[in-house]
Formats: sequence, structure tokens, C-alpha cells
Amino acid sequence: MKTRIVLSELFKALGNAVWFSVLLFPLMIMKVNVVGGKALVTFRWQFVPFIFVSSFILSYLWKRALVWNEHRQDKIASDTLYYKFKKNVQTYFKNQSIKYVTLSLLVAFVVSFPFLFGMYHTNVMITAFIYVILALGLNIVVGLGGLLNLGYAAFFAVGSYTYGLLWKYIGPNFISAGIDTGWLFWISLPLAGIISTIFGVLLSLPVLRLRGDYLAIITLAFGEIVRMVLQNSGQITGGATGISLIPRPWFFGMKLAPKQAAVYIYYIVVVLVLLTIFVVRRIEDSRVGRALEAMREDEIACQAMGIDLVKNKLITFALGAFFAGIAGVVLAAQTTYINPDSFTLWESIMILMAIVIGGTGSIPGAIGGALLLKLLPEYFRPLAQYRMLIYGVAMILVIIFKSDGLLPRHRKRYTFEEKTNSNASAGAGK
Amino acid sequence: MNIDGNAILVIEDLSMVFGGLRAIDTVSMYIKKGEIAALIGPNGAGKTTIFNCITGVYAPTEGTISISRNGVTSGEALHKIQGLKPNVINHLGLARTFQNIRLFSNMSVLENVMIGRHNSLKAGIFNAIIRDPHTKEEEQRVIEESYDILKKLNLHMYVNEMACNLPYGAQRRLEIARALATNPFLLLLDEPVAGMNPQETKELEETINIIRDQEKVTILLIEHDMSLVMNVSERIYVLDYGRLIAEGTPQEIKSNPEVIKAYLGE
Repeated sequence: MKTRIVLSELFKALGNAVWFSVLLFPLMIMKVNVVGGKALVTFRWQFVPFIFVSSFILSYLWKRALVWNEHRQDKIASDTLYYKFKKNVQTYFKNQSIKYVTLSLLVAFVVSFPFLFGMYHTNVMITAFIYVILALGLNIVVGLGGLLNLGYAAFFAVGSYTYGLLWKYIGPNFISAGIDTGWLFWISLPLAGIISTIFGVLLSLPVLRLRGDYLAIITLAFGEIVRMVLQNSGQITGGATGISLIPRPWFFGMKLAPKQAAVYIYYIVVVLVLLTIFVVRRIEDSRVGRALEAMREDEIACQAMGIDLVKNKLITFALGAFFAGIAGVVLAAQTTYINPDSFTLWESIMILMAIVIGGTGSIPGAIGGALLLKLLPEYFRPLAQYRMLIYGVAMILVIIFKSDGLLPRHRKRYTFEEKTNSNASAGAGK
Repeated sequence: MNIDGNAILVIEDLSMVFGGLRAIDTVSMYIKKGEIAALIGPNGAGKTTIFNCITGVYAPTEGTISISRNGVTSGEALHKIQGLKPNVINHLGLARTFQNIRLFSNMSVLENVMIGRHNSLKAGIFNAIIRDPHTKEEEQRVIEESYDILKKLNLHMYVNEMACNLPYGAQRRLEIARALATNPFLLLLDEPVAGMNPQETKELEETINIIRDQEKVTILLIEHDMSLVMNVSERIYVLDYGRLIAEGTPQEIKSNPEVIKAYLGE
């Protein structure tokens, strides 16, 4: 019986191999050279066995993987190596002292990072952390609220341009008044948060009735509109050339060398990441967070339970936009130069991809996903050509084999102790 | 319409038109305080549409729907609710369950009920972030209250279970628990025992009686299971092709020729 199943898979793989050979014929076997206005067709028959064999093997492996995936649940229940490993890791981290030691090691590593590694790596890390903030922010919208937002980079742009424009128009006054321009960063940080939030609310107004695909399209359009406006209102925003020479943040009146400034921004962004994690965690486990999740699960039921969807959606977009705005200011301060090209649809998709790969709705997932997507391309430069291919494959693999992401969310558990002497019995705790 | 008793829900000449279809045609009915009433009728008669009109999912084309928390004889004025948003209507004290289960399936059972208590809490975003003592106390309270509700519906063993992993019967009960958590005075149950086995149906029948007697919640239910309807309800409305064809006690309905015709044909 079992050999028969495998045999049928082999036949299917064989069929796929034949199909692929035919499909790739014009692409990989035929070659047209234009010599002196004449098309010269050469056939590279030597590729045929290569295409055939490789597509056969890949197709067969894919089939096996799908079968394996189907039976994985039963396997996890039995004691496979993977299950044991997972169990061990879980029990390991249940131990409070081990948890704290690991955490403090992590903190020590993050704190000492700029001193252990050079400026290049520090800058890479800053960018990665900016993406962590973005991923955490988008995670509120997509992971908690369940509202697919494909224009998230627009809020990122709003944040960046708040700082950029503030510098462009108020900066000269600062210089003439003899005030350190580094102050602008600290003014922009809250201001960008507020302005982004306003933009978030503005966007949420037209999309209140939409969900799913329609919402995705509208947000996508919004993202592009913001970028096009920035690009085409050259007199105000500098157009495609953007805004340059944006000052770095103020540090007790000291003039910081670029290297010191990078280290300084690094610490600022670390603090902002921690703040974001703190806020998102608190919101997730609260009345507001639960309402957002209910909206994600079922809008009709959510409304029937007395939750105001309009208010909920406003909150979702506003919160998401706030963090993007803050991340935008840090980006402007780090690169000291912004232009609309930094805020394309591709950016929005990258952030979305980070949370899908990491695990939608999960804080560790958003952090892990953002770090993965930002750091790996930096350290695998030689593979840069294949970046899209790798992202695509990774995405497909994650969605098929681990659909709730690499680091899925663990729901909070509630424990109750029965009180014996009263019938109203519940003692709750974490 | 002459109302016999202390009405808390009064529907007058309600019509709902979808394109060329009159899903509900000038239906008038009322629900008395403290009773268990049933709305029955063949498939497609418009029962769920009436529920959707009452709970604000649809704005009715014509007619009025009014409520009064303590009943009309208490001297309280009727409050018109047609066309209001579902969350506002829920806030006024009407809660419902759904024919096709609509739980928050990727949230735990306790959290599902906690969502029901949303409106009796106040904490906003800033409270959530700061987590002041008052908010903490409120969270603790909602956890305990939700647990109590689960206990009443015999769901407390599933507290941390994901709602989608619950057995079918328990999911239906959880819907009721969630609706009860919103603290309603009128509970609308849309086919509460659909798909349940006789044992589960029996249990739910008891639960419905307990909810009415202990929680003092009036209940209007849509149901196809006639044994449940006849056992549990005090008054029955029969709907056919969007029109009300009969109303009365279970005994009257059983022997009503119109009803028999609607159900069995001529």
C-alpha cells in the first residue's frame, strides 16, 4: 500500500518534469541571436536533461514535504526529535532564573553592540531596529485589528517628512537664533507621532466600511498618494531630490562626530524599541486590545457585543500610524537625508512580510521577522541578486508549513482557584 | 395592536424589503417582561431577518421597533431603536446569538466572554498603557465575572481553550455566555440547539430556563426543534413568507390549522 502511494507520487513528479521541460523550452532551450538583422535560433538541447532531472527531484521533494506536513500534527504528538527539542526549550525557559539570565545576556549584548562591532554594523542595526518599530506598529493594525494595510510606509514617510520639513523651514531660524539644531529631533519625535496619528485617523475615515481586499487596495492607494504628493510638490518638500543635511539629535550641547552620533542614535532607537514593545504588550492585554482582536475575528459579532467598530478602527489606524511616525523621525536622523523613494510600496510590503513570517499578532514574531528580513540581506550581500526569489520562497514555505509564523503568539492563560466556602468562586491571576 | 401584559419589546408594522423581495411584511409583535417567547416558521420565513432588524444589523424599511427595559406598564416610555447601530442596541440591553456560530474563534473562551463585558468597563488606551490600580482592579473584576458566567453555563473547564477547539454544543453555549456577559434584559437566541444531539438539547433547555429564572432575562428564540419550542416557550409567533400567521400558547399553535398548513402543506 505504502509503496503504491509513493509510486503514484513518482509518476506525478515525472509528469511535472515533462510539463516543466515543455514549459521552459522557449526560455531555456531556445536562444535567439540577432546577427546582422537576421534572427539565428540555436537550440541548447544539453539543458533538457538538467531541467528534467531537477524539476523531477524538486517536484518529488515538494510532494513529500506536503505529505509530511499533513502528518506532522500526529508526529508532534509522538516523541520526535523536534518535539523533544521544543519541549526542552519550553521547560528551559519556564525556569525564572534561566529566563532572567538569558534576558540579561541579551540586554548586555544589545547595549554593548556598538562597542563590540564597528560603525557599519551599528548603522545596520539601527535600520533593523527602525524596522522592528515599524513591524510592531503594523502588527497592531494587521495582527490585532485584522485590517490589512498596504500603505503603511506612508505613515513612515509622514514621520520622516515632519522632521525633514521642520528642519527645512524652522531650522534656519534655529541657526540664526544660535540654538542647537539638534533640538529639532526631540521636537519632531512627539510631533511626528501626533501628525502621523492624525494621518492615521484621516485614512481610517474613508475605509471604515471596508475590509479585506477593498481595504488593502485603498490603503495601497493611500500609500502611493502620499509618496506622489511628496514627490510632486517640489517647492515644499524638495520633490524627488528630497531634503538633505538633516541634523542629528542633540546631546547636551556636544558636537558629535558621525561615529558618536551613530552610537547615540543606536541607543535612542533601542529605547524606542523597548518603549514600543512595552506599549504594544500593555495594549494587547487590555480591554482595548481584546476589542481589536474581536474585530479581527468577526466584525458582526464584535458589533453585536456592543463594541463600536468605528472607534475601534480609528484606534487601530491611529496607533499603528503613531509608531510609524516615530520610526520615520529616527530614519531621517540616521540617514540625514530623505526622499520619497525610501517610502515605496515595497517598504510597506517588506514590513507586512516581516510580520507574516514572524507570526501575525505576535510581538516576538514581529521583532524576529523584522530583524530577519533586514539583517539577512545585509550580511548575505552576494545573494542580493536573488533577494526577491528568496523572500518569495521563504514566504511560501512559512505559509504552508508554519502558517502562524515562526514565533507565533502564545495566548495568555488564566488560572482559577476554587473557593470552597462561596458559590461565587474565582480567584484569578496570571 | 393590543398588548396583553408588560411589554419590553414592541414591533409595529415592521417590513423589510430587499430589492423586490418583501422578506418581512408588516409584522407586529411584542415580548412581555420575563417570558420565554419563540419565533418559528419554515425555512426562509424571515425569522433571522427580524432578529437582524431588532439588533440593528439591518435598518428596517418600514415600521418601528421599540424597547423599554422595565416594561411599558412601569410607566417607562418606549424607546425607538430601529435604525440604530448594533453596538448601540446592545448597549441598550439587547443581546443575541447567531444561527451560524460567530465566536471569536482564535481567542480563548474566557476572552470571548470578557469581550461581552466590554461596555461595562471603562479603561481606554492610556489606562491600558499606564495600568493604574483602578484599571488593574477592573481587569481582575472582569476576569472573575466572566468566569462566573462561564460557570453558570458549565463552560468553566474550557477557560483557556481556544474557542474554535470547543465541541459544537459548547460553542453554542459559549455564544449564549458571551451574550449574557453584555448584561442584557432581552436575549435573542437564533437556533440555539441547531445541530445538537437530544442530550445536549435537554441540557440547553434547562439552561434557558435557568437564565430566565435566575438572571431575570427575557428570552426570544428562533428554533426548528419543536420539542424544545413547545417545552420551553410560553408564547409562540409563527412566521411564513414574511407574514405573521399565528400567535399564541404552544397548545394553540399546535392545533392551529394555518400553522399546520405552513409546515406540512395542504
